Amino acid sequence: MRRILSMLMENEAGALSRVVGLFAQRGYNIETLNVAATDDPTLSRLTLTTLGDDLHIEQVTKQLNKLVDVVKVVDLTEGAHVERDLMLIKVRANGIARDEVKRTTDIFRGQIVDVGPNVYTIQLVGTSDKLDSFVAAMTDVDILEVVRSGVAGISRGEKVLSL
Amino acid sequence: MEMLSGGEMIARALEDESVEYVFGYPGGAVLHIYDALFKDCKVPHVLVRHEQAATHAADAYARATGKPGVVLVTSGPGATNAITGIATAYMDSIPMVVLSGQVQSHLIGEDAFQETDMIGISRPIVKHSFMVRHAEEIPGIIKKAFHIAATGRPGPVVIDIPKDITRPDEKFEYNYPESVKLRSYAPAQRGHTGQIKKAARTLLAAKRPMIYAGGGVILGEGSDLLTQLAQDLNYPVTNTLMGLGCYPGSDRQFLGMLGMHGFYEANMAMHNADVILAVGARFDDRVTNTVDKFCPGAKIIHIDVDPASISKTVTADIPIVGPVKSVLTEMLSQIEQIREKDADLPDAGALQRWWQQIDEWRASHGLLTGRRYRESDMIMPQQVIESLYRSTDGNAYVTSDVGQHQMFAAQYYRFNKPRRWINSGGLGTMGFGLPAAIGVKLAFPDSDVACVTGEGSIQMNIQELSTATHYKTPVKIINLRNNYLGMVKQWQDMQYESRYSQVTYADSLPDFVKLMEAYGHVGIQVEKLDDLDDAMDEAFAMKDRTVFVDVLIDRMEHVYPMHIAPNGSMADMWLSKNERT
Repeated sequence: MRRILSMLMENEAGALSRVVGLFAQRGYNIETLNVAATDDPTLSRLTLTTLGDDLHIEQVTKQLNKLVDVVKVVDLTEGAHVERDLMLIKVRANGIARDEVKRTTDIFRGQIVDVGPNVYTIQLVGTSDKLDSFVAAMTDVDILEVVRSGVAGISRGEKVLSL
Repeated sequence: MEMLSGGEMIARALEDESVEYVFGYPGGAVLHIYDALFKDCKVPHVLVRHEQAATHAADAYARATGKPGVVLVTSGPGATNAITGIATAYMDSIPMVVLSGQVQSHLIGEDAFQETDMIGISRPIVKHSFMVRHAEEIPGIIKKAFHIAATGRPGPVVIDIPKDITRPDEKFEYNYPESVKLRSYAPAQRGHTGQIKKAARTLLAAKRPMIYAGGGVILGEGSDLLTQLAQDLNYPVTNTLMGLGCYPGSDRQFLGMLGMHGFYEANMAMHNADVILAVGARFDDRVTNTVDKFCPGAKIIHIDVDPASISKTVTADIPIVGPVKSVLTEMLSQIEQIREKDADLPDAGALQRWWQQIDEWRASHGLLTGRRYRESDMIMPQQVIESLYRSTDGNAYVTSDVGQHQMFAAQYYRFNKPRRWINSGGLGTMGFGLPAAIGVKLAFPDSDVACVTGEGSIQMNIQELSTATHYKTPVKIINLRNNYLGMVKQWQDMQYESRYSQVTYADSLPDFVKLMEAYGHVGIQVEKLDDLDDAMDEAFAMKDRTVFVDVLIDRMEHVYPMHIAPNGSMADMWLSKNERT
């Protein structure tokens, strides 16, 4: 099962390598990873998606909590949450494809953020599924490059991840 | 306010931490620190002959005293040589602070001379690590390092210090912090009362109880409470390799070590138990054998200060996260309250039948209820440990290396006190025993310290004989010599039709007696059983000499019992070469 683990950690050199190293060392997988400072400059927020059953995720969470740099960990998939992944995708856009790409982008509520004589760069924000669907819809289009931010997530309602 | 350089701050902080010894080896990146130690530092430095030995000596000092061991090494090869020792301490949860020198800040990342990314290399084998960026941070970082190393589930902490941070011409205010506050580190202080109550009830309702106690009981200073609990209830106790000594080894209720080379009665009792109280143990693969077949009928209560140890391999029915001391104290009072209301608990009849069963197991195949090893013209390894036990009245600190001799020592030396059995359990580090013995002897100069070893292991850190000369640490090295890498040979006998691939070096061994003499020590060789006890007594009578007792033992003996793997349960064991459960 896919899980979104989100954590606050000390915004210090080496903190990220401890988290990533833990996953490598213990044979856990990381599907996506996203990290940046928060409004509190001493804290970073790291969100990652991983696969595993309840027991596995429990062990991963415990091991993460043991890291001295990790302040708090939540499994966002345990409750209602909002998740977003951002994709920038550059495609060959000439001939018939140029209109087709534009139409599909509109359907997915994406934006064309860079236009060239032969290429479009499209920005799309949504769940990972939506982004996957968009890529799948580009079957007849020549995809030149794909960049994804990895999932960022937050709980719905009053629930917050803070100190 | 006092003004100190970075190097001086390190020396002073070690004094402020009441460090008794620093084990280390100098080099370019730590010259400023060594100069500060030389000029003004009350903490004596022990110069080893290889950095690995510094970590083992400091680690063993910590195991024997309960206080963090301290290591100081230089950058590059100094740091990498320390890695095996740090991993050893990490696997056995031993508190240790390792100060490693680093190249100057502006050279980091440039592949400078003796540069290595110590923080990166040590990351998977430390509890935490710090890179010092400014000299002013030194007191705070050292305080935090000792705190993290020694609290919760202990472990090694590395502090990497670039050379320029310690330069003598830049002085800063020195102020050693009184306390530590870390928002992201708060080990459990006590267990959950509801869980402890539930556990107490389950424990009292047991008909076939077992107490399975590990190294965490020793680390958490819970041995007395555990002993009291077991004796109040008259429940049988087994110890892991790391837990030996946390329950008196010569007590009737002690069933011996459990696991791969555990006692028959301990493994049988575990397999047939209906309630297992696991305390400070981690259901290691050397204990459980096949996890799916582990103790099929047992409810498991698991007490550990590290939540990640609970339900990692074997699911606990009643998990309790907390320090062993506070949890056992609360459990004892819960048990008392329950028994005040219900005096019939635990079920005396069931317990009597359980003990009867255990005594039958003991009588049939128990290691200590009859001779369980072969007759031989040679001395048997078990007899060497029995002789050591007799000669030291069971009171010695015993360090060991890794292999057959380690298992024989664990089986036959009955440890009645915690912190007396000093061995590398988790990592299984050959070369641990001699530097460990030196570390223990420095901590307890008036106690007997024996290093049980083999001719394979001893050669992995034999250069430390020189350190023993230097610091006059008269340890006794008991060499169980079969001229084979015995444990590897045992597996080759059992699983590879005795194809002895790279396990013998009989023709190239040094003359250990002469070697000892070269270092200024005493060497004794024993070939006949009749001479064994006298040689052992003679060695321990030489109070101020390091003595190497080279005992030529039977070359073919195996360690038994031995779990049958793969796919065996706790109860599936080889009892001798041709007898199995």
